[in-house]
Amino acid sequence: MSPWNDPRVRSFVFQGFLILVIGFLIYEAVDNASDNLRRQRIATGLGFWDSPAGFPISQSMIFYSETSSSYGDAFLVGLLNTLLVAAIGIVLATVLGFTVGIARLSKNILVAGIARWYIEIIRNLPLLLQLLFWYNAVLKALPGVRESAALPFSSFLNNRGLFMPKPLPGAGFDYVLIAFFVAVAAAIGFRIWARRRQERTGLQAPVGSVTLALLILPASLVYVALGGPLTFDVPTAGRFNITGGMVLQPEFLALLFGLVIYTAAFIAEVVRAGILAVSRGQTEAAFALGLRPNLTTKLVIVPQAMRVIIPPLTSQYLNLTKNSSLAVFVGYPDLANVFTGTVLNQTGQAIEVVGITMLVYLTISLGTSALMNWYNSRKALVER
Amino acid sequence: MTNTAPAGLKPAKLTHETAIEMIGVNKWYGEFHVLRDIDLTIARGERVVVCGPSGSGKSTLIRCVNRLEEHQKGRIIVDGVELTNDLKRIDEIRREVGMVFQHFNLFPHLTILENCTLAPIWVKKMPKKDAEEVAMHYLTRVKIPEQALKYPGQLSGGQQQRVAIARSLCMSPKIMLFDEPTSALDPEMVKEVLDTMVALAEEGMTMICVTHEMGFARQVADRVIFMDQGQIVEANTPDEFFRDPRHERTRLFLSQILH
Amino acid sequence: MTVTEPPGVAPGNRGNADFVRSAMAPAAKPPSSEVGAIAWLRHNLFTGPLNTLLTIGLVLLGYWTIPPLVDYLFIDAVWTGSDREACIYTAERTKVGACWAFVVDRAAFFTYGFYPLAERWRIDVFFVLLVIGIVWLLHLRAPRKDLAAIYGFVFLPVASFLLLSGTPSLGLPTVPTNLWGGMMVSVVVSAVGIVVSLPLGILLALGRRSNMPAAKLFCVIFIEFVRGVPLITVLFMASVMLPLFVPDYMQPDKLLRALVGIALFASAYMAEVVRAGLQALPKGQYEGAMSLGLGWGQMMRLIILPQALKITIPNIVNTYIGLFKDTTLVVIVGIFDFLKAIEASRIDPTWAAPTVSTTGYIYASIFYFFCCYAMSAYARSVERRLAVADKR
Repeated sequence: MSPWNDPRVRSFVFQGFLILVIGFLIYEAVDNASDNLRRQRIATGLGFWDSPAGFPISQSMIFYSETSSSYGDAFLVGLLNTLLVAAIGIVLATVLGFTVGIARLSKNILVAGIARWYIEIIRNLPLLLQLLFWYNAVLKALPGVRESAALPFSSFLNNRGLFMPKPLPGAGFDYVLIAFFVAVAAAIGFRIWARRRQERTGLQAPVGSVTLALLILPASLVYVALGGPLTFDVPTAGRFNITGGMVLQPEFLALLFGLVIYTAAFIAEVVRAGILAVSRGQTEAAFALGLRPNLTTKLVIVPQAMRVIIPPLTSQYLNLTKNSSLAVFVGYPDLANVFTGTVLNQTGQAIEVVGITMLVYLTISLGTSALMNWYNSRKALVER
Repeated sequence: MTNTAPAGLKPAKLTHETAIEMIGVNKWYGEFHVLRDIDLTIARGERVVVCGPSGSGKSTLIRCVNRLEEHQKGRIIVDGVELTNDLKRIDEIRREVGMVFQHFNLFPHLTILENCTLAPIWVKKMPKKDAEEVAMHYLTRVKIPEQALKYPGQLSGGQQQRVAIARSLCMSPKIMLFDEPTSALDPEMVKEVLDTMVALAEEGMTMICVTHEMGFARQVADRVIFMDQGQIVEANTPDEFFRDPRHERTRLFLSQILH
Repeated sequence: MTVTEPPGVAPGNRGNADFVRSAMAPAAKPPSSEVGAIAWLRHNLFTGPLNTLLTIGLVLLGYWTIPPLVDYLFIDAVWTGSDREACIYTAERTKVGACWAFVVDRAAFFTYGFYPLAERWRIDVFFVLLVIGIVWLLHLRAPRKDLAAIYGFVFLPVASFLLLSGTPSLGLPTVPTNLWGGMMVSVVVSAVGIVVSLPLGILLALGRRSNMPAAKLFCVIFIEFVRGVPLITVLFMASVMLPLFVPDYMQPDKLLRALVGIALFASAYMAEVVRAGLQALPKGQYEGAMSLGLGWGQMMRLIILPQALKITIPNIVNTYIGLFKDTTLVVIVGIFDFLKAIEASRIDPTWAAPTVSTTGYIYASIFYFFCCYAMSAYARSVERRLAVADKR
């Protein structure tokens, strides 16, 4: 037998060849890169991190100044903006997506039909097209400051964004917050107590309404007792501008709308598939045992559907986070925009800047995947 | 109302009051007339086997008893309570009537024990400990107490079906419905399920059983009902039914399944 | 309780142990509560108070939104005109709907970009060749799938390249890629993505499932890396880092950089789709093939891949839908694609009118929706057919 027919030899030779090719490509790339960088006089390394950035950023959650902040600060501002839009987007997309997904299964054909066409249309249009539509055709096409549309709660909407009252917590507002958090703790305690009591005596407690009452009442009572220690800085329309209050910029709103509406369509399909994955027989068995429809939903359908829903739901969350990089196109200062946009332009250090940006997204993605795998291994239905 | 005891039936059964009464029951799926003028009275403690070709409406018939299906015409009275759209009554009836399905329909996310205690805890509001005691009692009776902490996916089909029976019994039903309980089982597992059912029948449980297991019918049934095209074609004691089927459809059906 | 005999019920078998039906009951018509228009309305629109409320709300919503929408799209729309004058507000035209005149005027630009007028027939030929390839490859009962694959993955790319960028020796003048634009660029980019990503994706999937540690490691790193980052950063990488990695004398042009980015990105996703298909095949197929004495290559080529790819068709098409939508992002690296053509025309002063932007976006939506919906409808029909074949 010739050694070439031995699969081990073949595999060894093939892999050796592969390693050689990849090694050669990497060597060439590094060699060329150092050549090109030297010729174009581009610096290497992370030396730029602490040097002054010198460009403005339109929205920042931390202190950032055009003159004194560094590229490192700009990175942090961009990262926080990405996380902000992703976090709010995930919450809203979940709410909308579950609503549409459940509506898709409604017995009411009007409701089901509208949900179906929402999903069908939104999923088949590029996200970028939707973002541009929201930004250019809707938010930027709103009337100017002078003709601002007045909304309830002294809010204004115009082509510079949504102006809303800004809450200013006064003396004693801390107590309201404390009351709220104590009530949350009490609600959790009540749930545990109710479960233990049911195990012991079989008696069921109205957990839902008690929780709701605890979330609302104590904080409101403290608030009223202290004479309402919260004032609002209300925006007022001047001749050329709106002063006071706080503003959600059109760039942020367009990105948020676009991401939420787009991702919700995908989440709706995930939710629908999850619910349909629980067979009709499960509901029938629960009914036959005398469980009411709402208990059947809570004890039989939701726990099973969630197992099917959560993994693809997580990947939709990741997609939303990655898609938030389309902020570049509407000018929202997220990580990709600030870093691979302005910082890259100013420093020219493509390898470092693109590399760092990719590393951030990669960390988020792989971290979430790892968490997901752990969850799946714990929650997978036990089979023979 | 009166029940005249016809010859050939164990009279003890019919002196008791009625468990289920169906009067002129009709049901349609869209245009399809699936149940036609069903008149049927089942006495307490009676064991009825329903057979017939597929699509004859036999599953629909028993699914109407606990309102998994809604009938459109006629009356169904279960344990003295008439089935209407009143949710309270449906609840009441479902608590009295247990059901075992062809595909077991165990809850795959709960252990065997949790499957059995779910309804007693949430419907009967039993303390967990008591519910578990009841569950272990019935799991012992179906001979699988040692599997209590496993999940349904880890059990064989026959074991799963026995759990399903135990799960229904935990609600101490007065009537048990069986919807082709052995059709989805591998041949070697049919016997263990049938044995469980025979034991149950011997204790005097009122049972309606849709099945093609004619041996089971001979052994325990008080009455065999043959259905075709949504109607009851023939009913008789098993002895008479198998010895002397009178309707030609019955004869044809029996010749097909008995070889 | 007493039960009275309902009228009209034939003497049944109540209380009788022995009963034989003399005549079979005929099928009766269902009561009006079951079928007919009223029953339909009750079952589908007015089941219970909540659904009734929802129905009324939605009908009202439709009443408020649909007529204005129809007005905007058709009644008040402007159909003819050559510049903004057609679509601006004037004394006699106080309502202006969609400005279709803008789309009509710019349709050629949206389709061909800056491609020289005299050479645009080449793009038309390219479109025809492409449609032939798509139909041949995707129609499940089309003959000679092997030839179709050669046509689609070898002939078509070569012919398209010669045709579109030009071959002076064949009498086709060169057209530099910076003149390419519009729908044609979008189609080229997605077509290249598709043609490159399928074979590359198959290789990566096979590598990831192989038992050669070096190959497996490389494939896993590549796939997970690309899937973990946004497409924009991949495009940036191709656009600004790729030029640094190659020698000065072979700098790729802009379009090629974008194509590299898109193709690599799509390959990673395709690899995972193919891998899922390979995993879905029953083990018996592998064992059967090996028991026939086939080598690994033959087994993959003759037995495994054809089956795996067939059950994967719906997912492959769905990946392409995503890819097709994602091609809009190439504008970030300076490619003048369809959406960019609309953006550029929208802000062109010649057509500065209030409804031009929205009209442009509606036109783009129609184009993308038509393409993507057709693909997903195809994917669903294949899925259905595969499910039927499975049951047999």
